[in-house]
Amino acid sequence: MRYEAPDTIKAAVGLLSKAKGTSRILAGGTDLLVQMRSGMLEPDLVVNIKHIPGMRDIVAEKGGFRIGAAVSGAELEEHGKVGQMWPGVVEATNLIGSTQIQGRATMVGNLCNASPAADSVPAMIAAGATARVVGPKRTRDVPVENIGTAPGKTSLAKGEFVSSVFLPKPPARTGSAYLRFIPRTEMDIAVVGAGIVMTLNAKGVITAARVSLGAVAARALLVDACAKAIIGSTLDEAALDRLAAAASAAAKPITDKRGTVEFRTKVAGVLARRAAVIAYDRARG
Amino acid sequence: MPLDANTPDLRTEFKSVGTRPNRPDGVDKVTGRARFGADFSAPGQLVGLVLRSPHAHAKIKSIDTSAAEALPGVKAVITYKDIPEQAGCDKDVLVNIMARGTALYDGHAVAAVAATDAAVARKALKLIKVEYKVLKHVTDVDEAMKPGAPVIHPGRFEPVEFESLETASHVKGKEEKKTKTRAGSNIAGRYVFGHGDVDKGFKQADIIVEHEFKTEATHQGYIEPHACVASVSTDGMAELWVCTQGPFMVRDVCASLLGMDVSRLRVTPSEIGGGFGGKTTVFIEPVALALSRKAGKPVKVVMSRSEVFRCTGPTSSSSMWVRIGAKKDGTFVAADAVLKYQGGAFPGSPVEMGAMCAFACYDLRNVRIVGYDVVTNRPKQAAYRAPGAPMSAFAVEGVIGEIAEKLGMDAIDIRLKNAAKEGTVSSYGPTFGPVGLVETLEAAKAHKNYKVKLGKNQGRGVASGFWFNFAGNTCVSINLNVDGTLALALGTVDIGGSRASMCLIAAEELGISYDDVRAIIADTSSLGYNDISEGSRVTFSSGLATIKAVRDLKVRMCGRAAKIWGIPEDAVKWENGAAHPAGANAGGFDPLSIKEIAAQASATGGPLAGHYEVNAEGAGPSFATHVCDVEVDPETGAMKVLRYLVVQDAGKAIHPSYVEGQYQGGAVQGIGWVLNEEYFYGKDGTLQNAGFLDYRIPVCSDVPMIDTVIVEVPNPGHPYGVRGVGETSIVPPLACVANAVSSAIGVRARTLPMSPPKVLAALEGVNASKA
Amino acid sequence: MSAVHVSTKINGDDVEFVCRPDESLLDVLRDRLGMTGSKEGCGTGDCGACSVELDGRLVCSCLVMGAEVGGHAIATIEGMAQGDKLHPLQQKFLEGAALQCGICTPGFLIAARSLLERNMDPTETEVRYWLAGNLCRCTGYDKIVRAVMDTAKDMRKAAAKSSAKKPAAKKAAAKKSPAKKTAKKGARHAA
Repeated sequence: MRYEAPDTIKAAVGLLSKAKGTSRILAGGTDLLVQMRSGMLEPDLVVNIKHIPGMRDIVAEKGGFRIGAAVSGAELEEHGKVGQMWPGVVEATNLIGSTQIQGRATMVGNLCNASPAADSVPAMIAAGATARVVGPKRTRDVPVENIGTAPGKTSLAKGEFVSSVFLPKPPARTGSAYLRFIPRTEMDIAVVGAGIVMTLNAKGVITAARVSLGAVAARALLVDACAKAIIGSTLDEAALDRLAAAASAAAKPITDKRGTVEFRTKVAGVLARRAAVIAYDRARG
Repeated sequence: MPLDANTPDLRTEFKSVGTRPNRPDGVDKVTGRARFGADFSAPGQLVGLVLRSPHAHAKIKSIDTSAAEALPGVKAVITYKDIPEQAGCDKDVLVNIMARGTALYDGHAVAAVAATDAAVARKALKLIKVEYKVLKHVTDVDEAMKPGAPVIHPGRFEPVEFESLETASHVKGKEEKKTKTRAGSNIAGRYVFGHGDVDKGFKQADIIVEHEFKTEATHQGYIEPHACVASVSTDGMAELWVCTQGPFMVRDVCASLLGMDVSRLRVTPSEIGGGFGGKTTVFIEPVALALSRKAGKPVKVVMSRSEVFRCTGPTSSSSMWVRIGAKKDGTFVAADAVLKYQGGAFPGSPVEMGAMCAFACYDLRNVRIVGYDVVTNRPKQAAYRAPGAPMSAFAVEGVIGEIAEKLGMDAIDIRLKNAAKEGTVSSYGPTFGPVGLVETLEAAKAHKNYKVKLGKNQGRGVASGFWFNFAGNTCVSINLNVDGTLALALGTVDIGGSRASMCLIAAEELGISYDDVRAIIADTSSLGYNDISEGSRVTFSSGLATIKAVRDLKVRMCGRAAKIWGIPEDAVKWENGAAHPAGANAGGFDPLSIKEIAAQASATGGPLAGHYEVNAEGAGPSFATHVCDVEVDPETGAMKVLRYLVVQDAGKAIHPSYVEGQYQGGAVQGIGWVLNEEYFYGKDGTLQNAGFLDYRIPVCSDVPMIDTVIVEVPNPGHPYGVRGVGETSIVPPLACVANAVSSAIGVRARTLPMSPPKVLAALEGVNASKA
Repeated sequence: MSAVHVSTKINGDDVEFVCRPDESLLDVLRDRLGMTGSKEGCGTGDCGACSVELDGRLVCSCLVMGAEVGGHAIATIEGMAQGDKLHPLQQKFLEGAALQCGICTPGFLIAARSLLERNMDPTETEVRYWLAGNLCRCTGYDKIVRAVMDTAKDMRKAAAKSSAKKPAAKKAAAKKSPAKKTAKKGARHAA
């Protein structure tokens, strides 16, 4: 195994493009080192991107924020302003693991590890976040929901990696929230996750919404039916019932050591409901 | 009573005992200086790794180690052929530490290597070629008992005939079949306890409640993985540094397996990072010794966390049936139980103890318990804190909770009505001496937690529990240093703060300061045989032995004073840290302090010491009552423990902080067991959750403060009244929390763990039936 | 596999070592540097027994590569006491019997110190959620949480005493923003 710590994107891309065998990016390392330790993965090349300028920065851009690939959950939380603009995204990221994990884990790493249960992903999808993909060819911005394709697999080509994530400026009266269900109070992988963003008009009617569910399919889902269930409403009980039903209907979970099909299906509806209420309150300000 | 005629009456006034000084090993532990199993390294040591079966049940057709042996850096590769069976060894342990022709569970050791570093060792493991023929497996206890189940040990266990209620599959009360069934040969033992006539007893009942229960296997969950460094020299002398609860057990078992004289193997116990019974046997130690013997160098073997879960000794999973009959006023008239425990691939599940403890809290005229010990394709079980008792208590205390609810009786009152007391003939045979169950029930009832008003979706549960506590072989030696301080050598590993307690006891007996006594845990060449630190025996047994050793020393010190004063030995007494003339006739001598006697030891005959060796008896049982409040989220089944109270009888708390610590630690292990912990097996019989991510022990935010009350009903079998306390605290929580959830949302858990999916499904069943 | 040469700072001292790329910082501390105070309980970041601070940030050393710490500063349990003076947390753990077997203790002390340096007035919930990444199997956490809160109380008293002599800026500095995160987590898990 080779370890490299390039100090430019170009150098990193060069290493990844030329590498034979398996390559991995080292940002926070909280997934990579676990996979290496379990023997699941024996990379031929590990590229530490933390020495590349910009990887650890949060930069205001076009009214929103660009978050470097190596920004840890703890740093994201401490920034404060990102959390004010997108509380749902920051609280989702901050749910990943323990305080120790938060000291290292990154949103981009969480996204690219492509676990169906990743906490930051439904929240980023709901926020309309985009991932900046750098590589040997042109740089491109990709909606985050198009990065993960299947458990552990991404749409990235050889030589490519995600250098940052962009959270756009939300319209006025927009609220975001993320909730997850875990068996304990901390430390667990999400059994179900629900990320919701909604925008209201001056009368409190929902004019736009994005609802994303995690851990109930091979990758996080962006559920149009859930958005449709609440757009045009003031999130009254009937709208919430429709939302919950749409979430349960969209869920295609499995039964495993963390939860059953029945449970995940039911709780997807419960969490969608509860997250919507929080997002609505935040939207009203 | 184990005490001789000279022993004074039970002491009730104490100066040192009952205080809370800092423990002697504490500074090393808060600075990271203390050395645990993996913290020791020997010069020139090799790294040892174990190759393990990926199959739950498979014939091992061949093992080709040639490629591994040829890898540069590899110094030894072993299979079972390197550990030939010795006459008189424990064959089950021998097979468990390394498979001999058949892999019996996922993770069963098949071979091992010792190499110059971990990377080479890992590579070497991959080069060992094992040819398996996969066999049918069985991991569920009920399935293993059925005719036609895969037989784990062909020809070893006789097929068993069942009658009526004891059929291999569960029997609902009314369908009593008098047919006989020849079941499979995975049943290693059957145990029966009880007295009276249960059939007659049930006829007197106004209410009968019976249910089936199932619990899954759990692991002790100690944070420190097993680790050891073994060093065998060419002359057959061997050293072993190891984290264990029983260094003498390790010595004797390893010597027996490896065909060594016991005296040639010296075992030094490291500090131990938790055991709870899981470190009362051997796993990697004989393998490390065999590797070292072959390689001619020290070998360090440290288990990974996944190996700890897959390949050490979790406790049994169980399938149980309990029936209790009571009168309208709550008096129990009969109790009956069938317990089926699987103990992994070898006999020895704790079903016998589970059966003995099941109804031990109650005074029953008619009681019967039948227990089955079953083998399956799972790792060989090991003790886990009150082995066998939490499962049966879960079932029994759950049924009692339901009876109380149906009769409209308070949960504590129904237990008070039937509580075992002094003179009760226990359900497992012996008659109780003074015991403290009633005191714990009354203290629980009087506690402020019992009066807290509950809100929506909140409920309160109560459960009681029992553990016998053991005594056993114990040797202690105490040496007087030249400056009057003391060196106390103990043979029982300190797993709960016992060094501090022993120093308190020695200080108490001598009338000196706690700071003048230093306790160490000796190696196996320095003391006589000590049984394992288990069974909540250490404070009782090592405490008793310390008292006797100190009294031995006092006699000798008085003898030196007598010599110095020129008076008869029986004219000297010991008081408040000094030798005094015993009465005016003895002479008007100033007392000789321990420091003064110590300073003159050499001149008066030589160094002064005391010692005591015993197979102790007289341990007293410890009863407990727990009260728990929970809140349930009815839309997700999530449960939150709001309040938890442990009331337990300690007899006499030597160091109250460490007694409280045992109460709290056991309670939280029980909370984990009931809420989230379980062994999750795949269809192929392999363990799916061999790590702390998916084997979910309680984290700090999962539990509230654990309130404790120490009740003291002295045990007449000990000079200070001590009762062991380490184990009882894990017995009540399973039913206590389950009863609380039932009280909160009307759903009774009968399978463990009570995970949210199960609670939610049960709630939906309840709501559907109400609709 | 090519070895990597690393120059770093551990507990204020300059340290150099050579390691394979697949070794974690924990492997390096324990097996190459003989610093066995940080423990391996799981190797996968689930138990916190290996907790250290990396550039002042609480992390699991089993999830940091040995190769990547060059030029950074590491704080381990071995550096927590100052000479023969125990840190107030270490002292309180001892007095409050907040340890039984002691294997998790170094990790808890490093984690608790990290909390109190950011928030000298945590609630019980904040303490519990901050420490959720540190597993203990012996104590049931009760005495650990009490020891941390008692130490915080002592630290606040000491800060108040010294700020009675100095301006109010010291008091304000005692409570920083990261406390909000843990408070949020604790409150919100009611969902």
